[in-house]
Amino acid sequence: MVGGRMDLVLDVNQHGAHCVLGVRGEIDVSTAPRFRECLIGLVNDGHRQVVADLSEVDFLDSVGLGVLVGGLKRLRSHEGNLSLVCTQGRILKVFEITGLDTVFTVHASVAEAVAET
Amino acid sequence: MAGDVVALEIPAEAEFVALVRLVVAAMARSDGGLSAEQIADLELAVSEACTNAIEAHDALSSSERVVVRCRRDLTGIEVCVEDRGGGFDPSSLPNHPPVTDPTRLKFERGLGIPLIRALVDEVEFKAADQGTAVRLVVRNND
Repeated sequence: MVGGRMDLVLDVNQHGAHCVLGVRGEIDVSTAPRFRECLIGLVNDGHRQVVADLSEVDFLDSVGLGVLVGGLKRLRSHEGNLSLVCTQGRILKVFEITGLDTVFTVHASVAEAVAET
Repeated sequence: MAGDVVALEIPAEAEFVALVRLVVAAMARSDGGLSAEQIADLELAVSEACTNAIEAHDALSSSERVVVRCRRDLTGIEVCVEDRGGGFDPSSLPNHPPVTDPTRLKFERGLGIPLIRALVDEVEFKAADQGTAVRLVVRNND
């Protein structure tokens, strides 16, 4: 933690067929390696329908986007999928600028994401 | 651009990028001329520039420091990020395929410079002393 800011907290919960990775804090060049390691671990553990819940992410940079793209690629290669939950304008804006909002399915809530078949 | 100035010299280590964001955001908020969205955009652009600087140093195993200069005045804020990472030509970066192209997923990196260009009012990449200086400007709302 720097200056009272939250670093990165990751927690994993199973919702039916979906594995929900809750992410809180800031995803940048410092914290992205742990995020990447966690996503890879989920795939290696056999999870195929993964939801990354970014609704409590305060900051996301291009390194974090790269982790998400890598996770999506890895899951698709196993016939799985990575979808996102994102509600904060500043985070959604990053997806819109890069065009990645058309690559990922972005949901407004975990309930909506896990209802997806 | 005259006005208040803050300068930071940070080790070229990822853990210090969040500190730079904090300082730049505090400077940006100091006179109320920028919106919350502009400040968030600047934080991200500065973070991207610092990440590039740190990675450039890392590629050379350089122990030199990255210098961040932040200047605030009545017109807006200017942030310069200077590295000694050997320099690079931003125009030489490969173009990504369109996002609708499935091969787009091969590109996990390379989004930082396009983000910087989209987020600030003015950006300049200059060859500096053994590296690159990135100058970012965000202007106050009228």
